[in-house]
Amino acid sequence: MWKRDESVKPATPSVPAPAVPAAPAASMPPAASERRTQQLQGENVNIGKSVFIKGELSGSEDLTIEGNVEGKIELKENILTIGPNGKINAEVFAKAVIVLGVVIGNVTASEKVDIRDNGSVDGDITSPRVAIAEGAHFRGSVDMQRAGTKAAAAPAPAPAGKAAAPPAPTPAQGQKVGA
Amino acid sequence: MADSARTLTDLFGFLGNRRAADTAPAAVTPSATTDDVSHPTKSLPKFLASLQTREKPALLDLGPVVGSNVNFFGEQLGCRIRVEDLAADIEAHLKKGNSDQLPAFLGQRFTQPAGSVDGILAWDLFDYLDKASAQVLATVLTSLLKPEGALLGFFSTTESRESVYTKYVVVDPLHLKYRTYPASRARQRALLTGDIIRMFKGLRVSDSFLMKSNVREMLFRKNPV
Repeated sequence: MWKRDESVKPATPSVPAPAVPAAPAASMPPAASERRTQQLQGENVNIGKSVFIKGELSGSEDLTIEGNVEGKIELKENILTIGPNGKINAEVFAKAVIVLGVVIGNVTASEKVDIRDNGSVDGDITSPRVAIAEGAHFRGSVDMQRAGTKAAAAPAPAPAGKAAAPPAPTPAQGQKVGA
Repeated sequence: MADSARTLTDLFGFLGNRRAADTAPAAVTPSATTDDVSHPTKSLPKFLASLQTREKPALLDLGPVVGSNVNFFGEQLGCRIRVEDLAADIEAHLKKGNSDQLPAFLGQRFTQPAGSVDGILAWDLFDYLDKASAQVLATVLTSLLKPEGALLGFFSTTESRESVYTKYVVVDPLHLKYRTYPASRARQRALLTGDIIRMFKGLRVSDSFLMKSNVREMLFRKNPV
C-alpha cells in the first residue's frame, strides 16, 4: 500500500503547470505574480497592512484594504473589501462593501453591504441589501430601499380567532393563547 | 427518529433515569444555544400591521443585532431600522459593577429627538432591568415614539434562574426562533401586568397575548396628540 502511494505522489509535481504570462512572472514568486497580474488587469487592488491613508480614496477597480484609511472612500462602480486587518474611519461609497475588519463611519452601497463574522461597523448603512453575520458587530441604522411593494409585505395575518385580546387598556389576565 | 429513540429508552428504566440525570445539568448551564424550534408570536403581525401604513417608518431595535431581522424589517416595512443593543449596555454596566448608574445612563442613552420613532422592538429587555431602570427606559421610549407609534415588548410571567439573554430571530411574521447567549445575571423578576401598564404611562395597550411559553407579548400604541 505504501509503495503504491509513493509511486503516485511524485507524478503530481511533474504535471506541467498551466501557462503563466511570461513577462511579469519572470522573477517573482507565484502569489506575487498573480497579484501583480490582477493589478495590471484592473481586477483588484490591495492596500497592505502597513499602509495608512488619510484623505480621499476613489477609483474604478475593486479594492481590498488591509491597512488604515481615514477620510472618504469612493468606488461607486466597484467592490470594496475591508480585510480582517483593515481599519477604516471614513465615509464609504461603493457598489458593494464586504466588511471583515473594522469600519467607523457611514456606509452607502448601491448593491449590497455584507458584514462578515468578526467584521464590525459603527455607522449608518444605506443599501438595498444588507447581510450581517452572526458574529458581526453593528451599531447604527440601516436604511434599505423597499425591495418589494407593500403588497408583498405581510398582510398582518389575523391569527386564529381566539388569539387577540380586546384592545382595551387592561389585557385579559387569564387569557391563554398561542404556542 | 428522536421520539422513537426516546420511547425505546423509556422502555428501559435504568436508561431512562440516566437520561434524566444527563439532561438536568444542561438546563441550568448558561451557555449560548440555538433553539431551532419556531415559536409562534401573536403580537409581531400586529406590530407590522401598525407600521405598514406609514411611509418609510423609523424603527428602533433594542435587542442585539440579528442580520436576518434587519433584512426582514427592511423588506417588510421599507423602514429605516436603528439597532441599539441595550442588552450589551446592561452587560457592560454589570461587568463594571456600576449597575446603580443604569437609570441615569438609560435616561441619556438615546440621541433621537422626541416623537421621531414609529416603532420600537423592546423584546424582553425589561425583564433584565431593575425597577428604577425599567421606569426610566419606559419613559424615554414613550417620549421617542410618534403619536400612534407602536412598542412591542415581551414580559416573562414566571421567575427564571437562567442567566441568559435571548436573541429573537424573526422566521416569518408569525414565528420567532430563540437564540440564547450568556448573561451576567438572570431576569430580575416577573412584572405584573398592572405594573407594566403603569410603567408605560402615555401608551395604551393595543394587544396582549399570554403565550404558552409563559411570555406575555404586549403591543403598546402611543396616544394621539
